[in-house]
Amino acid sequence: MRKTLAETAKLIRSKNAGPFWLTFDVMFDDETVYRRVRDQGVLTVEVVSRLYAVPPDQVLLFTVDNALAIKASIPRPQSSGSALDTDVFGGQQYAPLLDLSVELDGQGEAARH
Amino acid sequence: MLGSGFREESIARGLELGARLIGCDSGTTDFGPGPLATGRSQFSREAIRRDTEVILTSACRAGIPVVIGSAGGAGGDLNLSWMHEIVWDIARENGLHFNLALIHAEQSRRSVKQLLAEGRVMPLPAATPLTDEAIDQSLHIVAMMGAEPIMAALDEAQVIVAGRASDAAIYAALPLKAGYDPALCWHAGKILECGAAAVAQRAAPDSMLAVLHEDSFDVMPMREDYRCTTQSIASHTLYENANPFRLAEPSGTLVTQHSRYAAVSDRAVRVDGSVFEPADRYRVKLEGARLAGFSTIVPGGIRDPLILGQLDSWLGRLNENLRERLGRTVGDEARYQIEARVYGRNGVMGSLEPRPWVEGHEVMVLWDVISDSQELAHSIATSLSHMAVHNPIPEWHGLISGVAFPFAPSEIDRGPVYEFHLNHLASPDSPTSLFRTELEAV
Repeated sequence: MRKTLAETAKLIRSKNAGPFWLTFDVMFDDETVYRRVRDQGVLTVEVVSRLYAVPPDQVLLFTVDNALAIKASIPRPQSSGSALDTDVFGGQQYAPLLDLSVELDGQGEAARH
Repeated sequence: MLGSGFREESIARGLELGARLIGCDSGTTDFGPGPLATGRSQFSREAIRRDTEVILTSACRAGIPVVIGSAGGAGGDLNLSWMHEIVWDIARENGLHFNLALIHAEQSRRSVKQLLAEGRVMPLPAATPLTDEAIDQSLHIVAMMGAEPIMAALDEAQVIVAGRASDAAIYAALPLKAGYDPALCWHAGKILECGAAAVAQRAAPDSMLAVLHEDSFDVMPMREDYRCTTQSIASHTLYENANPFRLAEPSGTLVTQHSRYAAVSDRAVRVDGSVFEPADRYRVKLEGARLAGFSTIVPGGIRDPLILGQLDSWLGRLNENLRERLGRTVGDEARYQIEARVYGRNGVMGSLEPRPWVEGHEVMVLWDVISDSQELAHSIATSLSHMAVHNPIPEWHGLISGVAFPFAPSEIDRGPVYEFHLNHLASPDSPTSLFRTELEAV
């Protein structure tokens, strides 16, 4: 059965990490689901790079087993609160992650759309 | 966060449990560059005063120290002196007496230029090298202190009001002085600095308590209805950090990759296994803000499907017509910047939006004109709004009114706007050399 990341995560959020970086946290409350998402490569450097049109060498990605979380960080296009900034807290930048697809039965390859 | 509130009972509960220090972070870059650029706090004087009053009266009663870090919103000298006044007001009204230390974090342009000239400034990832020109443009520059200036002040004062400081240093300084394992001090500080943000489900901001042992520490919320879980505490290392495993402090890096989290009750969590790697070179972060110009904004709604269907070219034609007009009135294009944010397309995400097209039946265009004077920004905005409302499309023959302005006048002056332009590390002579401490008896 396939589900979206939004349906499987307990929290998906974005936030400034200082005024020059944006960071995304995808958190789970079920270890099996977390491992499926992690091991299927649902959220990788390449996926973040494609969704946010950021070069892969600027994407940081972490899997945090003890927090059942996957985390990605990218530089902000503009610093927080500067003339062209659109989101001072960086809090509304996670929507493109919501529709990523997860296979919840077995360890099938993630379909990416 | 000082000014965001907590329950008085929560502080009382912490003191009953034997708290040895009350710490509170008072600054953040979350609200943008304004607090540093202007010296004005995001939170009101009343909000800051209420929180500070509870902290100071409780700490004086219990005879324990208080550390307030990044005072007044950004920890520059203006922010610090504003906080200083509030502390005096509270002390006078409540008859409190204590030794006070004020630790300045503001840096003069001259001293930062000297650090730069001596090759002691390096850019952080994604930043460009610092220049004298950028330093000259700064309205205020602060260095972010580590634990050392606070540790030194704890010898002299009961109440410490510090300028820009590492959030975790507020809480780490006292146990570091007492000789606890730096990994425990920094990790506990990192969790405490956001207060009840590390509980499983936070209804409102509140306080947390950390109890340090020889090789572990426990954290627990002070509100009876809050709970810390192993996951809520483990995941706090993710919050607003780019890298959750390596948390940089001036004196080294807290490594949490192998930290262990265990429940000691249904509300408290024990943490161990963290490691502190001392830095080969002591480095403090520099933050600076400069004026970006003066802004006038114009919000306008569009509902006509024919305009929405060609929105990009409609905006492009408007921009061409406007620039032609401004070429004759203003001249130099370097004097202004015009940005159209389209809500209903990519207003929220800008260049990061993977679906930058209109899908709904209306949009809001938020035009932002930034110029070197408010008068010019306003004048350009009035030309813009007039041209925008009558900007034609080929499908309609005759003069149209294609923008619904929600306000009259349609132009809103925002005043000066600022930007962060320093994102660098500096290597000072010593951990305390950039930070001047003033002592007074209150």
